Amino acid sequence: MLELRKAAKMVAGEYHIHPTDLTLARGSLNVLLGPTLAGKTSLMRLMAGLDRPTSGSVHFDGQDVTGLAVQKRNVAMVYQQFINYPSLTVYENIASPLRIAGKDAATIDREVRKAAELLRLSPYLDRTPLSLSGGQQQRTALARALVKNASLVLMDEPLANLDYKLREELREELPKVFAQSGAIFVYATTEPSEALLLGGNTATLSEGRITQFGPTISVYRRPADLVTARTFADPPLNFIEMVKSGDAFQHRNTEGLPVPAHLRAIENGPVTVAFHPHHLGFSQQTPEAAKLNARVQISEITGSESFVHLEYDGVKWVMLAPGIHDIDPDTGIDVFLDTRHLMAFGSDGRAIAAAAA
Amino acid sequence: MEKTWNNKAWFLVLPVLLLVAFSAVIPLMTVVNYSVQDTFGNNQFFWAGTDWFDDILHSDRFWQALQRNLLFSFIILALEIPLGIFIALNMPRKGIGVSVCLVLMALPLLIPWNVVGTIWQVFGRVDIGLLGRTLAILGVDYNYVRDPIDAWITVIVMDVWHWTSLVVLLCYAGLVSIPDAYYQAAKIDGASRFSVFRYIQLPKMKRVLLIAVLLRFMDSFMIYTEPFVVTGGGPGNSTTFLSIDLVKMAVGQFDLGPAAAMSIVYFLIILLLSWVFYTVMTSRDAEN
Amino acid sequence: MARITLDHIRHAYGANPVSESDYALREVDHEWNDGGAYALLGPSGCGKTTLLNIISGLLQPSHGRILFDGRDVTELSTQARNIAQVFQFPVVYDTMTVYDNLAFPLRNRHVPEAEVDRRVREMLEIIDLSGMAKRKAQRLTADQKQKISLGRGLVRNDVNAILFDEPLTVIDPHMKWVLRSQLKRLHKQFGFTMVYVTHDQTEALTFADKVVVMYEGQIVQIGTPAELFEKPRHTFVGYFIGSPGMNVMPARISGNRVSIGSESIELDNAPRIGGDERIELGIRPEFIRFAREGLKVKINRIEDIGRRKIVRAEFEGRPIAIVASEDVEIPAEPRIVFDPARINVYADSWRVGEEA
Repeated sequence: MLELRKAAKMVAGEYHIHPTDLTLARGSLNVLLGPTLAGKTSLMRLMAGLDRPTSGSVHFDGQDVTGLAVQKRNVAMVYQQFINYPSLTVYENIASPLRIAGKDAATIDREVRKAAELLRLSPYLDRTPLSLSGGQQQRTALARALVKNASLVLMDEPLANLDYKLREELREELPKVFAQSGAIFVYATTEPSEALLLGGNTATLSEGRITQFGPTISVYRRPADLVTARTFADPPLNFIEMVKSGDAFQHRNTEGLPVPAHLRAIENGPVTVAFHPHHLGFSQQTPEAAKLNARVQISEITGSESFVHLEYDGVKWVMLAPGIHDIDPDTGIDVFLDTRHLMAFGSDGRAIAAAAA
Repeated sequence: MEKTWNNKAWFLVLPVLLLVAFSAVIPLMTVVNYSVQDTFGNNQFFWAGTDWFDDILHSDRFWQALQRNLLFSFIILALEIPLGIFIALNMPRKGIGVSVCLVLMALPLLIPWNVVGTIWQVFGRVDIGLLGRTLAILGVDYNYVRDPIDAWITVIVMDVWHWTSLVVLLCYAGLVSIPDAYYQAAKIDGASRFSVFRYIQLPKMKRVLLIAVLLRFMDSFMIYTEPFVVTGGGPGNSTTFLSIDLVKMAVGQFDLGPAAAMSIVYFLIILLLSWVFYTVMTSRDAEN
Repeated sequence: MARITLDHIRHAYGANPVSESDYALREVDHEWNDGGAYALLGPSGCGKTTLLNIISGLLQPSHGRILFDGRDVTELSTQARNIAQVFQFPVVYDTMTVYDNLAFPLRNRHVPEAEVDRRVREMLEIIDLSGMAKRKAQRLTADQKQKISLGRGLVRNDVNAILFDEPLTVIDPHMKWVLRSQLKRLHKQFGFTMVYVTHDQTEALTFADKVVVMYEGQIVQIGTPAELFEKPRHTFVGYFIGSPGMNVMPARISGNRVSIGSESIELDNAPRIGGDERIELGIRPEFIRFAREGLKVKINRIEDIGRRKIVRAEFEGRPIAIVASEDVEIPAEPRIVFDPARINVYADSWRVGEEA
């Protein structure tokens, strides 16, 4: 169990990491999700012991490890760059942490072959890393982190330098690999879709603060505030400032939206309404879908789906609709918003009520 | 980059601290000690206060030597920096030429100072030197032993020959770190050769150039061995730089007090000028 | 803007190519329309960057010619080809202001200063950087720098084509959306010929009118995003486009019946196959749905990725992926149905048509 207790990092009078409380359980996979410079790497460095927190403390299994050097902590790290020993074979690369630990030859051989099997590196054990593809190089680095049998494995955007398809494959494999180890995994990424594919828990980061921490899918479905909702949405979340009066949301010069059941209880007054692009559609799929008139700005087609950029009463939205819809810019169309999935946020940015699902 | 807290680190730097203490701090204190005392031999010392400093700062000999130093450093920088950049720009980036050039460039740097002096002293001699003899046959009136201008030219050419390589190597390192995309983009934008230099290469070399200028300035300002070997500070006092003057005073005339005072002044001047160079160049860097 | 003709282009990096595999780029023979938006899509090492460099003039093809509007430019330098390019890592002139960066290509071509000013201001509007005209380019964020790189190309209104070499690599996901749709709007507005190299299918599909899928130095398919999705010509295209990619499984054909293991499905038409090819059936995870009756599968794992669920299952002893929407309940004893209109049949990895 890794615990940060009010751990903070200040550099030149500015917080890089605001005082943070965080508890990560053994055998868990934890995703740190946030844009570049949100503090993902700084937070990992605190966890690893590469940096000492300016204030607060770090505990491992109840023991205070705040000042303890990284070498003494049994931590493994995987970086965005593929870091391997270029002159050693894949086998020796994977074996290196075991050799340092002074394990006997039989144990080393067994562990290396096990890790290689898991990461599908067995055919390449005699090659050197630079003769392999990027994906295989990163697998080697991952295997090395795994055999170390570290209690904490930190991965800083490990797939960012890989091709899209390779990323997809590794993303699918990684949760299986993690499940077989008892370590605490921490995985930093800028991509919401990656967090969703990995599952586990997610901590969303923004400007050096953890805005929410919990099971990945529930953070996605029930963000606690606007910042979290915005961070955890790809394609981007749609917003609109509305005024609730009775059972309608009003916006400037439009007919407005009916208030769905799960938002009836909130007070009348201004509210920020948010929803995901796939909750807009071309047809009325459910009785709760409200009809809105919007203007098309541009449409992008992905093959099976279309992203239609819309303007609704001066507000810019994206709609993600199944099928191919190449609509000319500046056309007025009717779209349907599934109000069951609306989220509402108060003027302080906190969620008032989350979507039903 | 930040570091882990570990007090053991102090033990690791301790040997260096001791070394610096013995090699720099203690001798420096001795020099300070000498500079405020007078002696007539027999190990008898008298308190002299700031008298030696007054003497030094009011002596024409000191100011002339300082002027020579400044002029020399100025000429050296004005020649070596542009020449170094020019050579670096024209060095090959790929293939076998790279290593050949690098080795050729590194050669002068590997030769000890006094050997460089000796080489040029012999090379330039009018009676037996290859250069001196050739010039004499060509009808050029060249004699570094007699003519102060010729002496200066010899010392400067020697220094350029010896040290331009350093500037070249530093600039080259800066140049090869520029990604190809920059050159491609410049081509596409229709940039001239000069624009590429002015807007891509020079900005990317700025950091290494700063180091090159600093190193070359400090080194040239402290020049001693080569002119001492070649000209011995002559003819007359024409190539007597501060360092040569200092040695003459301390070892030749055994004027320990004034020599100590002078070396402290000398040290402070170098420190001050280096600081000025550094702040001027880094503050321009920070503006951007 | 120009029509680009790739006339039997082949390229090998080595000196004396002997076999097909020595070529980084095998036979490319295509014509790209004036004002079209093309994406070159493929994994690393597929030859897409080689092809881009041949178009930009950084590389001379070993064989073949390249023509802009019918004019042979094979021998011309990058400068003479009059193209613009945006690179993977933003290239800006650090010491210049944003304004001067944009003015640079014009000033190099001795455009009168009044004209420079007019066009730069116009471009600053278009790329949304008017407020930063006087700022030094060095301090900007990656996406702003990329906009400057793009602006430097667009500011010359006479370019033949604009080339993009994985331009969104260093951009955060949110900014990617903004830049992508801006780019698309610019294309609609000005009608430049654009060529966009990427390994990211979303970027390629959303950006381009025509996507050029490359694999091992060859173009395996050129098509609209919809064609690539619905009728991949090669199993590689099926795998590479779509996420997860198409399910491909070995099959046997007799008439219009296709059998996979012990199960069999009826097709709308009989595929046109010869005798002894390796037959495979391809079906996209999106075109499989759960039903009361149908093929039996064993579910291994369900990945809830927010707006949809990816079901990882086992069908006839082979893994199969099924995509279900957010609100679909996965039954306890699952049966699946393939949408017959969406089934593709492959012989030796190439798609076969139907019998007339």
